[in-house]
Amino acid sequence: MTVNQISVFLENKPGTLTTMTGLLAENGIDMRALSLAETKDFGIVRIIVDDVYKATTVLKDGGFIHQLTPVLAVLIPDEPGGLHQVLEVLRKVEVNVEYMYAFLGGGDVDHAYMIFRVQDVKKAGSALAAKGIKLVNQDSIAEI
Amino acid sequence: MEHYYQPEIECASREQIKAWQDERLVAQVRHVWDNVPYYRKKMEAKGLTPADVKSSDDLHKLPFLTKADLREAYPYGLVGAPLKDCVRIQSTSGTTGKRVVAFYTQEDIDLWEDCCARAIMAAGGTNEDVCQVSYGYGLFTGGPGLNGGSHKVGCLTIPTSSGNTERQIMFIQDLSATILCCTPSYAAYIGETMKEMGLGPEDIPLKAGIFGAEAWSQEMRRDIENTLGIKAYDIYGLTELSGPGVSFECSAQSGMHVNEDHFIAEIIDPETGEVLPEDAQGELVFTSLTKKAFPLLRYRTRDICTLTREPCPCGRTHVKMQKPQGRTDDMLIIRGVNVFPSQIETVLLNHGYSANYQILVDRVKNTDTLDVQVEMTPEMFTDNLGDVSARQKELAEGLRSMLGLTAKVTLVAPKSIVRSEGKAVRVIDKRKI
Repeated sequence: MTVNQISVFLENKPGTLTTMTGLLAENGIDMRALSLAETKDFGIVRIIVDDVYKATTVLKDGGFIHQLTPVLAVLIPDEPGGLHQVLEVLRKVEVNVEYMYAFLGGGDVDHAYMIFRVQDVKKAGSALAAKGIKLVNQDSIAEI
Repeated sequence: MEHYYQPEIECASREQIKAWQDERLVAQVRHVWDNVPYYRKKMEAKGLTPADVKSSDDLHKLPFLTKADLREAYPYGLVGAPLKDCVRIQSTSGTTGKRVVAFYTQEDIDLWEDCCARAIMAAGGTNEDVCQVSYGYGLFTGGPGLNGGSHKVGCLTIPTSSGNTERQIMFIQDLSATILCCTPSYAAYIGETMKEMGLGPEDIPLKAGIFGAEAWSQEMRRDIENTLGIKAYDIYGLTELSGPGVSFECSAQSGMHVNEDHFIAEIIDPETGEVLPEDAQGELVFTSLTKKAFPLLRYRTRDICTLTREPCPCGRTHVKMQKPQGRTDDMLIIRGVNVFPSQIETVLLNHGYSANYQILVDRVKNTDTLDVQVEMTPEMFTDNLGDVSARQKELAEGLRSMLGLTAKVTLVAPKSIVRSEGKAVRVIDKRKI
């Protein structure tokens, strides 16, 4: 029950991110979530999109270096302790979170989504599922 | 007053110099023929024997040696003395990762240090002086050469080596150093640091500097002279021939006297190999007349240069070479270190990067900078910033260990380095020298 995250290498100079977003826009690709990590001279933009195949194809043709990584997309109830509950589960099974970022889904306002990048997605996924925490898969990402 | 270390040699008549060269070349060719099979084969291929070289007029008959020969003969193929008689090596970077290793007998070192002593005295040095050697010590010839020369002159020698600039300035002040030996860019850097510390030329006792191992302009010379309150002298040399002191500047500051009792200088057409007439610009070629452990005949330096025999007001009679005007190969000299683009390429490929790279060289505040731009490849990319940064660091470390020089590594987008038709533009040198 994972989602494919696309990570794209961006050289740190004016206009590189714009070129990439332009490419996705032209091809009608909808981004569900985005997070950016950067150093002084390069950055990595991580995106979750509705159509992974199409996105990776246009990025490749556009000369962007990218990589696919399976990540967990977790539905987090919009209430106090919502995120904490998820992290507690991961702590108990000793799964380390490399990074995470949040996004809000469509018209739904009673919950948020959170992307978790972990080493062991299987272990984390089943631990979360066992606690009744909802995970979203690639197909339903497209429908959010 | 002009000082000389060996006036009877430095101011000898042209006839005397020619006589030394004739006699020493004949002996050196015999020595090489008997002891260096690698060069003997080259002579045989041209149908030559030592009998064909009767004086320095026959020098043009001999085959050339190039950096490629040094690589092929690495490490012992050009050694002319039994290893039991060799006492030291010095080394510089080669074209493709293999370094140039030059050998010395005790006598070779002695004669090399004489050459450096001549340079120090030509810059006004005597046994009353305190000489701070801020060239690197170790495999690099700069430190050991000037250190030995300074001893021979009888200067009080401060072997600081390079680096730790505030300590350099402290020694200059506390021990009253009067002569500074280092690369011109380091001299400029010492000047910058002094300014930052609120010190001016009147705060230090330096009177002269001997600066070499890299190209520097007249503007840079004036800059250094003003900041440090000194006269700045140029010195030239190659590890292959001995090190600094192959030629050096005198009080006239208008070209470097070649130590012609130890080296014969020729200017050739780099395309045809023909010897060019006096004052013509071409590739500088040196023949070592006295070195026994590493006796190179007709070694092509790849430096573009001119020679002049006009009488010099300093009284020295040895031929003068102008500052090299450029190179016939792609070698860069960065902070005094020889760098070949091929070395950088080797490191990139070894680290799994593509050969799409560009080398940017610049001079910021009188210090050379080296930026290697490498195109990212899918294989080297991950979603983890830490991993990518770590690879970038590994690459920088690999370059440092290959070049002996810190380089900045910049990862750039694929295809962002301009492909040219034909020969790729690998090097962008923005320095104005």
